[in-house]
Amino acid sequence: MQTFKLTVNGQQKEVTADPGTPLLWILREDLKMTGTKYGCGIAACGACTVHLGGVPTRSCVVPISLVGNRPAVTIEAMADDPAGRAVQDAWVAEDVVQCGYCQSGQIMAAVALLKSVRKPTDKDIEESMGGNLCRCGTYVRIRQAIKTAAKQLA
Amino acid sequence: MATVTTNKTQLTRRSFLMASATAAGGLLVSLYLDLPLLAQESGPPKLKVYPPDAFIEIKPDGKIVIQVNRLEFGQGVQTSLPMVLADEMDADWTHVVAELAPAADIYRDPVRGIQMVGGSGSIATSFTQYRELGARTRAMLVAAAAQRWNVSPDQCSTAVSVVHGPAGQSATYAELAADAARQPVPTSVELKQPVQFKLIGKHTRRLDTRAKCDGSLKFGLDLDLPGMKTALVARAPVFGGRVRSIDDSAARSVRGVSDVFVIPTISGGTAVAVVADKFWTAKQARDRLKIEWDLSAAERADSSQLLAKYRELARTPGLVAANVGDIKKMDGLKDRIVAEYDFPYLAHSPMEPLNTTVRFEGDRAEVWAGSQFQTIDHAAIAEVLGLKPEQVTFHTEMAGGGFGRRAVADSHVQREAAEIAKRVRGTPVKLIWTREDDVRGGYYRPLHVHRAEIGIGPDGFPIAWQHVVVGQSLLAGTPFAVMMKGGVDPTVAEGVNDTHYAIPNFYVTVHHPKVNVPVLWWRSVGHTHSAFVMETLVDELATRAKMDAMAYRRKFLKPDAKKLRAALDLVDAKSAPWRARLPKGHAVGFACHESFKTGVACAAEVSHENGRPRIHRVTMAVDAGMVVNPLSVESQFQGGIVFGLTQLLGAITLRDGIVEQRNFDGYALPYIGDAPPLVDVHIVPSTEAPTGCGEPPVPVIAPAVANAMFWLTGKRIRSLPLRKS
Repeated sequence: MQTFKLTVNGQQKEVTADPGTPLLWILREDLKMTGTKYGCGIAACGACTVHLGGVPTRSCVVPISLVGNRPAVTIEAMADDPAGRAVQDAWVAEDVVQCGYCQSGQIMAAVALLKSVRKPTDKDIEESMGGNLCRCGTYVRIRQAIKTAAKQLA
Repeated sequence: MATVTTNKTQLTRRSFLMASATAAGGLLVSLYLDLPLLAQESGPPKLKVYPPDAFIEIKPDGKIVIQVNRLEFGQGVQTSLPMVLADEMDADWTHVVAELAPAADIYRDPVRGIQMVGGSGSIATSFTQYRELGARTRAMLVAAAAQRWNVSPDQCSTAVSVVHGPAGQSATYAELAADAARQPVPTSVELKQPVQFKLIGKHTRRLDTRAKCDGSLKFGLDLDLPGMKTALVARAPVFGGRVRSIDDSAARSVRGVSDVFVIPTISGGTAVAVVADKFWTAKQARDRLKIEWDLSAAERADSSQLLAKYRELARTPGLVAANVGDIKKMDGLKDRIVAEYDFPYLAHSPMEPLNTTVRFEGDRAEVWAGSQFQTIDHAAIAEVLGLKPEQVTFHTEMAGGGFGRRAVADSHVQREAAEIAKRVRGTPVKLIWTREDDVRGGYYRPLHVHRAEIGIGPDGFPIAWQHVVVGQSLLAGTPFAVMMKGGVDPTVAEGVNDTHYAIPNFYVTVHHPKVNVPVLWWRSVGHTHSAFVMETLVDELATRAKMDAMAYRRKFLKPDAKKLRAALDLVDAKSAPWRARLPKGHAVGFACHESFKTGVACAAEVSHENGRPRIHRVTMAVDAGMVVNPLSVESQFQGGIVFGLTQLLGAITLRDGIVEQRNFDGYALPYIGDAPPLVDVHIVPSTEAPTGCGEPPVPVIAPAVANAMFWLTGKRIRSLPLRKS
């Protein structure tokens, strides 16, 4: 067990954990931030996507010991982020969600996309969102909502 | 207005309503089951505990809390059933709060008799129930207002949670709630005519979206209780295996592990449970278990051997599922299609891994589960714990998908959770199935082989059709086995033996091999494979007859297939503009199929890229009777076809008893790049009773894509998943 200092949503946190513990479980169980979801544990579904040092990252495969000084940003901070808020509003306006379990990860991926590409094409969307699985199949509405959010942010 | 009298309605068949005041001066409308009428007449009810016996609570601040007697797991029922109730109640929709009801007798499906979600029946079976609840509550509020103003209830009207009187009086529902609680529950109510609906039939956004977009909504897996432990289970590599010996010293040395013990499994084997403070601790410990398994009694299923055996079986007639006309008319017909199809096992893979939390206190217990079968899971947990169901409080947790995987007759997840909780009495313990546990854990859509022999007449239409379906029974050995007739499991034959095509001489039989692989209904059940077979064969028949695929279907459908005809006509009209401008290298494929009393038709625009179909757009039409929330139906259809695409991509295979896939890296599922970017959904206007919308979109997409692929490759697809070609 080791003690780690990390920055989550702008706040300093300290946790004592096995160095191999994935960031996902630190967030969910140590910091009680359950908005980030466990889906597969092998970076194959994207439900656990957070921004680490500004980069969309699968938190289920990043051990706490490798987070270093990169700040982590999670779904819980999106309402206070202009792009995050625009994406959430677009998700509500387009009635994207069904079961909702993958949507934290979808939204984190979409926000990262819109922060790097102001007006994403369908191809951009397929590439950036291509690893985020949704078993309810909300993809058509995700595409539309990303375009709606892009207009909002323009 | 239609007057509904109590002795004809769902609510009073074995139940009655009761109104009562809340401590805070609100109104509760409760439903009681199987109580003697005397109880109803024995004076005002005492203050009720809320819930589990209420459906509606009007709070002093105007909030209207509606209990939803279903699991919400994406299908939208948590929004649409409250819409139904709020419409009849003339409630202010912006003040409606929906809650998932716990397991309790009053929340059982009024038609099926258990609390459940399945068979696309939530709206179909609770539509009238929720309308009546709303109408009766409205009547009591009106009666309270009329008494206050000394006018007749007929002189009052309601809108947006306000009662209006003849002289311009008005009072809000919240203001009237305490008085309404003292009104008798009306024995008859008038339900609205469709033209009077304010919410039913209107595009209405989901109530739960915001909480699902900001991380605040708690699913079952997100539950956190003081002192809670996490449990993982190490299961045998072959279904039904037993622990022979175990070395848990390394596992126990992981810091945070509190216990390791053997538990029985529902399949007659045993498994090893690890209880720890956190998930990662439990996983580290489970990975360090050294278990020697006794697999001697476990049959080792093998997909390729099963396929060979099923193909053999398909050449022999089985138990009769349909026998129309005289199949001997096949003799002498020279123009024939003989087709054999195979379909693999498929996992449901809902995004939220399976989980259940149980706290056992000796003489009582509390459970948190995202369950499609509350009544059954509730009883199973009580049984394992040696309690009566009334000693077990069962909370319905919001679930991250399910598609049938949370509707398991043997309650194996809940039984495991209860077995573990029994050993750690007083401590809440959350059992989690990792994704690997889920992919490898069975309860799959069964492997199937179909064999069809079709004798075709000179007009290009079948004269005789002989069909054999081979697949494990879903119902045998479960409480639902009563639905089987003559040994035939209707969930295996459905979509074939009840086809809406007019086949004059039709003979359908089934074989149900017993295989050591647990199987389960997978969103749209038998229609997943049967629609693929029927709709690709009908397309092949149309091609042979040199007829337009749509025209052929219209001519082939029985005259009474009204919903399919309506859906076909609508898809034809709505897809005509883009079909007329099909780019080079693109083809269109059609399919139509009726399931759960809902007619669906679909046109898909497809090209062939890198050996795979690429789907550019899909137009769908649905006749589901009266639609409560068109926005929700649109979502179910857009999403349902993506679920249906799983069939083209994914397969679970077994080799020597062991599942070969472990996670989403080996079990291929549709991502955004596999899904069509455009899906337009069109609803056939109807005032008929509402029918299901969760499952009916699933069956049509795979055959529509396969039919388009024929025009691109010249090959008929008879085996799924698709291989690169």
